[in-house]
Formats: sequence, structure tokens, C-alpha cells
Amino acid sequence: MSHLAPLILVLPLLGFLLVVLNGRSLSDRAVGVVATGVVALSFLASVVTFVLLLHDRTREVTVNLFTWISVDTLHVPAAILVDPLSITMCLFVTGISTLIHLYSTSYMHGEKDYRKFFLYLNLFVFSMLTLVLANNLVLTFVGWEGVGVCSYWLVSFYFDRESAASAGKKAFIYNRVGDIGLLLAMFLLFVHTHTLTYLGIFSSTSLLSPAIATLVVLALLLAATGKSAQIPLFNWLPDAMEGPTPVSALIHAATMVTAGVYLLVRMSPVLALSSSGRMTIAVIGGLTAFVAATIATAQKDIKKVLAFSTVSQIGYMVLAVGVGAYGAAIFLMVSHAFFKALLFLGSGSVIHSLGGEQDMRKMGGLAKWLPLTFPTFLVGWLTISGVPPFAGFWSKGDVLTNVFAHNKPLWVLGILTAILTAYYMSRLFILTFRGTERFREVTHQHDPHESPLAMTAPLLILAALSVFGGLLDLPWAHGFSLTHFLSPTFGFVAPSAVQSTTLQTGLALVDVAAAAIGLFAAFTIWRNTVESSTFEKPFFEHVWRWDDAYDAVLARPLEHLAQVSNDVVENRIIDGAVEGLGGSVQRSGEGIRKLQAGMVRQYALAMVLGLTVIVVYLVGRVG
Amino acid sequence: MTVPASWYLVLAAVLFGIGAFGVLTRRSALIMFMCIELMLNAVNLTFVTFARTMSDIGGQTTVFFVMVVAAAEVTVGLGIVVAVFRRRESTSVDELSELQG
Amino acid sequence: MFATTYAIPDVLVFAGAALLIITGALGVIVMKNPVHSALSLILALLGVAVAFLAQNADFLAAVEIIVYAGAIVVLFLFVIMFLGVDKSNHPHVEPLVGQRWLAAMGVLVTMAGVITLMASSHWVSGVLSSSTGGVALATGAGNVTQLGDSVFTTYLLSFEATAGLLIIAVVGAVLLARRERPADSDDDVDVTGRVDGGGEEPEGEWWVVNEQTSEEVDS
Repeated sequence: MSHLAPLILVLPLLGFLLVVLNGRSLSDRAVGVVATGVVALSFLASVVTFVLLLHDRTREVTVNLFTWISVDTLHVPAAILVDPLSITMCLFVTGISTLIHLYSTSYMHGEKDYRKFFLYLNLFVFSMLTLVLANNLVLTFVGWEGVGVCSYWLVSFYFDRESAASAGKKAFIYNRVGDIGLLLAMFLLFVHTHTLTYLGIFSSTSLLSPAIATLVVLALLLAATGKSAQIPLFNWLPDAMEGPTPVSALIHAATMVTAGVYLLVRMSPVLALSSSGRMTIAVIGGLTAFVAATIATAQKDIKKVLAFSTVSQIGYMVLAVGVGAYGAAIFLMVSHAFFKALLFLGSGSVIHSLGGEQDMRKMGGLAKWLPLTFPTFLVGWLTISGVPPFAGFWSKGDVLTNVFAHNKPLWVLGILTAILTAYYMSRLFILTFRGTERFREVTHQHDPHESPLAMTAPLLILAALSVFGGLLDLPWAHGFSLTHFLSPTFGFVAPSAVQSTTLQTGLALVDVAAAAIGLFAAFTIWRNTVESSTFEKPFFEHVWRWDDAYDAVLARPLEHLAQVSNDVVENRIIDGAVEGLGGSVQRSGEGIRKLQAGMVRQYALAMVLGLTVIVVYLVGRVG
Repeated sequence: MTVPASWYLVLAAVLFGIGAFGVLTRRSALIMFMCIELMLNAVNLTFVTFARTMSDIGGQTTVFFVMVVAAAEVTVGLGIVVAVFRRRESTSVDELSELQG
Repeated sequence: MFATTYAIPDVLVFAGAALLIITGALGVIVMKNPVHSALSLILALLGVAVAFLAQNADFLAAVEIIVYAGAIVVLFLFVIMFLGVDKSNHPHVEPLVGQRWLAAMGVLVTMAGVITLMASSHWVSGVLSSSTGGVALATGAGNVTQLGDSVFTTYLLSFEATAGLLIIAVVGAVLLARRERPADSDDDVDVTGRVDGGGEEPEGEWWVVNEQTSEEVDS
């Protein structure tokens, strides 16, 4: 295993290097094959490693690559930690990435920056795997920054579009603000535990006082909100939809945005020390889920709906982490990866068929034109709405059950969010696939055509996963379940209260009812209407005025400060001082030169006066 | 008993002062030269006074040389004055003010 | 007071010399006509010669009259006549602001200071020269002998140097005052003998004398 695990990490990097160094000489097709191939091989390596791990007693293997930093008491190795949590992440990251690479070879066909796209995608996969496989916080941070950078590059892929360029900047800057949290957490942990490896930290949690632990947890939460788009750093994600659809699917649905949740779950032993920290996490998660769901109800762009849906679902995951249900959070993460990627890729297929149209008001009635996209999208829709027996029902139910056990108000918020989720996804589904055909004005003569196999094959695979994904963690299968597999990696946490079966069934019924209400409401309202001001509140559509608030509170004052600094400090004070110095020297020189008028008698007088001074001085001394 | 040295020294000082005032005040190059001669003579008087008081012939020797140099200086100086002022109508030194800042 | 302490003839001689000197000097700086100034200079030099005589400097008194009054001042007069500045035109306005007052003040203060310094150091307290000291200065032929001894033995090098100086001075003066011969230069020379500097053509035909501009002159 010690030879295989590094391979997972190195293969995407190899792909990146191959394409970078041979870029010109490889054809587009070859680039696509290489890029997809290395990620597929990485997936295979992950599977093999997973199997090997199952047979390993310790379920915790550290593979040391090389010594990276070794200064005084700071020892940061470049090492891989293979344990259930990391291998789970690897599996679904590499798996979904392979599917999306395959999808992209067809979706991005003909683009002029085809090579660049796959370069960045491979680099992204490498960074994500570094983040997940690292055995210490610093190496995780390297991966953390790496995915941020790749996200920036990929979001502003169409860089000659002003909106795309600024969206990339926005994503990066918000991420950066969150990174301060991760750095602070690292500093605090190192100061108190003198180590930065996960295993080292977990074994010295006794050195952390509750206050310090709370600070660390809050700092980690800040980092997670930045990377996973939670309140207050979430409004970069909708803008990031400017990137190509495969990017939205991979980065902003399945992988990068889950990095924040992964970090929190990984640091669960530290979270266990601070109940106020966990409460904060839960509240943030719940609020974000609800707010994002309300916003999604009023969006008109298909990708924006899905983006806010992502924010909302990650809110669920964060909520789960906050109440200590780490297994449920990971389960939701995995199933969310399946169905959100499916939804995004499906929407990509729709957009592709309409020649780039993303506004849902100009879609409709596409069911009969897209015979493969339609059923797979249907599956995705039902899954996210929480309809049994699809994966979404089981995973969301798992989360809500655990929340119910710890915090009733948040559970109510979760149920409301579930209703809204079902509602807005149904609205999306109806406007896109059912109803009248409103796309004729956009596509002119052509009929929309189904996407090629390279695009529909991933859709089919993901649909299958969404259908059967629930099997990963059925509530009654305690031996063979994801939670059971992952539990050794979680720190001590108050075990979820054992709930009676009747209570569990009752809660499950409430979930189904919520989904039903949402679906019914959507079908009633949106069957015949395309736009409605009562149901598409402008407040929700404009993201609860969040961007405007940041603009007024932060951006304008900073701009004003910069302007003042330039006008006053730079131009007047600094330039004034420098020029004043030079000017005064010049002026004094000009003044002094008037002493030399060329008049001999004046010079003679000066000499006499000088002599007078000397004589007076001497007389003064004598007398 | 001859007159004490102090009287002659004061006289020489006064003569020097008058000469200096003349150099600073008069504008004609020739008159300035004459005032310079006055100053030189004041110095000569001082030297001679000291020679007498201290019974030292060196004072008179110095005066001898001063006179020689004064003669040479007047020669060359007047030559310059002639060369410079030949082109102009006036001998005012105020007009020679082109070397200025 | 003077009569009791000092001999009357000496005092009278001093008074005469002082009178001549002061009058002459004041005359030099006050007279408007440069010729009058030169004559005043002669008066002053005469006074200085008398002072020399009173102090046992016979030879120097003679040299003073012969060289200074007789040659140098005559040279002055030559130049005054030559340049034609004997006509006086003395404006009462001093172009430099405060020059006169500052000069007067400076000179007065300096002289007062110098006299005070001399008084405070008992007038005579200097170092003897390298000539023999202590031998009383003789008058008449004795003075010449003493002076000659000093010049031709102790200060011989200086004496020879002054010889060289005089030659240089003569050569320099001749060169400086030389008028450019018309054949030696390419400059145009008008009939008054003036050399026309760099490219300035006189207005009108070349044989017409330039109109004199009526400038204020301080001659």
C-alpha cells in the first residue's frame, strides 16, 4: 500500500505535466485521453487501496514521502495518511472526476483553450487529493490553496468576458478571507500542541483548554465558510457559475466545496472539546441552508438555481457536523456529489442542446427532444427532493434525524428547507422539461439534439449511483454502513441518542411529507406560468441584498479610503514633502545666487564687513 | 623724545580707513586704484613706525619691497584699465558685472 | 600737555605730517575730478614722506617722493588724460543700496577695533625681523648703509625676485595696452582706432564715427 497510495496522488500531477510539457505536439483528442486516463487510473488505485485498507487491522496507514520542513520544533513531513475518511474522499473525488473528464472531452470539443482546460482540471484533481490525503495541516493547506487557485483559473476560463474575470477574482478573494481562519487555527494548534500532524494533534487534545479549542473551532469554521460557501462568505459561488458547466459540476458541486466540511470532520477530535463551537457551526449550517433555499426559489438561470442548491445542501452537511453527526455529513456529501454532479451535467447537456441558453424562461418542453438527458435528470430531481427510495431521501433523512436528536429548532429549519428544496427543484424541472416550448426564438431553425455518448454515459452512471446510493448507509444496517466504516476517524463525540424505530419512521414520514408538499406546490404554481412576481420575490432573487450590503459596508469605505490616501497622503503629503524639499533647496539656491551680482564693490564691502566681524570679536575677547 | 609710536599708528589706521572707504565708495577704476595706494602707504607708515620703535631695519626693508611691488602693480593694473576701458566711454567698474550668478 | 612731555619740534612735525596726510586722503575720496584726486594723492604722499623722515627713514622718504609721487601718480595722470575721463560727471546717487552707509560703518568699526586692539597690547610688542635688532637706526648716510646691508644680504633673494617682477610687469603692461594692428586681425577697424568685437557692424558707412551714447559716467 505504501507504493500504491502515492500513486493516487501522483497520477493526476503526471497528467498535468505531460500536457504542459508536450502541449503543442499533442492533438486535442490526445490531451483529452491523457487527462481522463490519468484520473481514471488514479480512481483504480484508490479502489485497490481501499480494498487493501479493509484488510488492514489498524485502518490507519501513514506513507512518508519526504521530509519537508524540519526546523527546531516544527516538523512537517510530506506524508500521506490513508484512513477510512481519506480513502472515502479519494474514491468519490477521483470517481466523479473521471466521469466529468469524460464528459468534458465532448462538452469542450472545439474550444480554443481545450488543452488549458484539461491542464487545470488535472491540476485541480491533484490539489484536491493532496488536501484529502495529507497527514498534516500544512500539506492540507497546500492542497487547500491549490484548489482555490485552480478554481480561480477555471471560473475565469472565458477570461475575455468581464463578468467571468471578476467572478474568478471574487471566488479567490472570498476563499482567501476564509484562509485566514485556517492559518489562525494552525498557529493556535502549533503553539499549544507543538505538532501539526493530525495524529499528533489528536493525541494531544488534552493540552487544549476549552477556550483555545473554541477559538480553533471558530477559526476552522471561518475557513470552511470560505471554501464551502456558507454564511457569511457564500456569495462567490453563484458568480462562479460563469465557468464552463463541467467546472461547476466538479468543483462547485462535488469536490472543492466539500473541502470545508472535510476539514471540520477531520478535526472532529478538536471539535469534541468545544460545545459552543459546535453550536455555532450548526447554526451557521442551518441558516445557510434555509437562506440559500429561499434564494433559489427566485432564480431564473438554471445554473444559479443549482448553485444555490449546492450552498443549501452543504449547509445541511455543516449542520450535521455541528450536531456531531459526522457520518451523516459524509454520507450526504457522497450522495450529494452523485446527484449534484448529475444535475449539473444534465443542465450542461440542456444548455448544449439549446446552443448556450441558460435562462429557464426560454426553455420548456424539452422532455421529448432529450431522450437520455430527461430521465437521468428526473432521477436527479427526485433524489434531491428527498423522494424515497433514492439516495437523497436516505442521506438527508439521516442528517435530519440526527439534528432532531440534538436541537429541535434547527430541525424545524431543516424541514422548512427540505420543503423549499423540493419546491424549487420541481420548479426547475417543470420550466425546463415540461410545459410549452419557449426555446424556438433562441434556437431558430434547429431542433435541440441529444448530446453525444461521451456526455450521456456519465449521466447514466451518475443516475444509477443516485438510485442505489442509499445502500451506502441504510439506517438499519449497522454493520455494513458508511458511518460504521468511518467511525474510527471521528473523535469522541456524544453518541446520537438511540432512537426508537417508531420515532425514526415518524421522522421519515415527515421528510416524505415535506417533499410531497414542495412538489405539489411547484406543480400547482408553475404548471402554466413562466414568471411570477409573487413567487419570485426580488429580495430572494438578489441574494437577500448580500452583495449590496458588502459593497456598502466594506467596498465603498475601502475605496474611499484608497482615494483619500491617494489624494491626500500620496499627492499632498508625500509628494509635497519630497517636492518641497527639492523646491526649497532650489529656491534657497536661487536666493543665494543673488548675492553674486558681479559688482566688485559689493564683494569688497562683503570683505570689509567680514573683517569688521572678526575685529569686533577679537576686541570682545580682549576687552 | 620723539612722538610716541601710538600716534603714528593711529594716523596710519585712519589713513587706511579712509583708503578703504574710498575703494568701497568711488566707482571710477582709477580713483579706486588711488585709494588702494593710500592703503598701501598706511601700511608702509606702520612698518616704518615699528622699525623705529624696535630699532629693527627689517621694517624699512619691507617698506622698500612694498614700494617695488606697488609700482609693478600699478603698472599692470593701469594697463588692464586701459585695455578694458578703451572700448567704453566710462571707467565705472559697475559696468563690469557680467560674471554673476 | 604735549609741550611738557615731548619736544615741540617733533610734535609740530607730526602735526604737519598728519595734516598733510589727512587732507590729501580726504581729497582723494571726495574730489569729483580725477585729476584733482591725483593731486590730492600727491599731497598725501608728501605727508607720508615727512612722517618717514621724522622716523629715521631717510632713504625711504626719498624713494617715496621719487617713485610714488613722481612716477606712480604721474602714470595715473597719464592714463587719466589718455582715456579722456578728466571731465567729471559724478552722479550723487549711489546705485548700490546702502553701500555708503555700510562701508562707512564697517570701516569705522574696524578701525576703532584695530586701534583698541593695538592699545590693549601696548602698541608695540611684535617679533623682531631676521635683521639684527637692538642697533639704533642711524640717520643720513648711516640709514642708507643699514638699509643696503639688509636688502643685499639678508633679503637678497627677495630683491632679485622683485627684479624679475618688474620685468614681468613691464612686459605685461606693454602687451595689455597694445592696440591691435589692422593687418594682424580680421576684425574691422574703424577710423578711430577701435577694434570692433565679434560681428557687431556699426550703423551707417564705415567712415562715419559712431554717435556716442550719452551714458552716465563716473570719471
